[in-house]
Amino acid sequence: MRFGVVQFPGSNCDLDTFHVLRDVAKQDTVLLWHKDHDLQEADCVVLPGGFSYGDYLRSGAIARFSPLMQEVRAFARRGGLVLGICNGFQILLELGLLPGAMIRNKDLKFLCRHVHVRVENDRTPFTRAGRKGQVLTIPIAHFDGNYYAPPRTLAALERDRRVVFRYCGPDGELSDEANVNGSLNAIAGIINEGGNVMGLMPHPERASEALLGSVDGRLVFESLVRSFAPRRTRQPPPASAGKVRHDR
Amino acid sequence: MKARILVSFKDSVLDPQGQTVKNALHTMGYAAVKDVRQGKVFEIELGGVSRKDAAKLVAEISRKVLANPIIEKFDWQFLK
Repeated sequence: MRFGVVQFPGSNCDLDTFHVLRDVAKQDTVLLWHKDHDLQEADCVVLPGGFSYGDYLRSGAIARFSPLMQEVRAFARRGGLVLGICNGFQILLELGLLPGAMIRNKDLKFLCRHVHVRVENDRTPFTRAGRKGQVLTIPIAHFDGNYYAPPRTLAALERDRRVVFRYCGPDGELSDEANVNGSLNAIAGIINEGGNVMGLMPHPERASEALLGSVDGRLVFESLVRSFAPRRTRQPPPASAGKVRHDR
Repeated sequence: MKARILVSFKDSVLDPQGQTVKNALHTMGYAAVKDVRQGKVFEIELGGVSRKDAAKLVAEISRKVLANPIIEKFDWQFLK
């Protein structure tokens, strides 16, 4: 399986993500430049964390206009796997591949620490190596991670089980205290309607090696590798496989 | 021509920065302050287009780029 990690000016988790995919998950991994139009035949595109374009205007607001993101949008609509981590999640929201928006954390602080998140849906290509209710310890590092969506969108996300991760306490319990940034419904990660685009605020690449205190983040990368394995051996997809699957 | 655009949170969206400013004002004794909403101001200089077209452009730019319609609203006016 080939992963492509996108680099924007201001990305700062690009090389960490690249390292984990190549050296820990042992996958073929390439770096993709934001000004190119070439996804280099990646099977999964990863938008890493950081501060693309300095977070000017709004987090992720400028990065969505980059040439490569037009390819990523088309790739996602063909059913391609796209993972957005932190700033990558914010870009996916701005791009409209995922619903909702991020506002400043509830206490106006940049939060950089390990948090607990609960797996809410283990039937996605990003979480199938885990189980529903499992509690992961993964670091966050963001200023704008307070997830917001209009009531109808939020209800649809819950109804369709598209909330993938929720902030929780060490035993999986939900509380205002555990919901560190004030996200609606304690949302830490969501998936699109097609089930091929996921965004999350925690950084799984910072929790993939024991040396860094947690290996819980590996679940995301292992799930992707596992999801991809059966796809590859399948018969060539029918013509309808390119069918548009959009989110809005 | 110059246009000034004001982008602010929709009334339905919590504005944590505005809340903090309000709390600070209350601490200072400004009891009359009932609410504070914080926003952003953009000034855009335009040339080579009619005033009518400029108005269209400003609205389009505000909608597409300057404001995120999910959480924000905008208002604008010509300065000259």
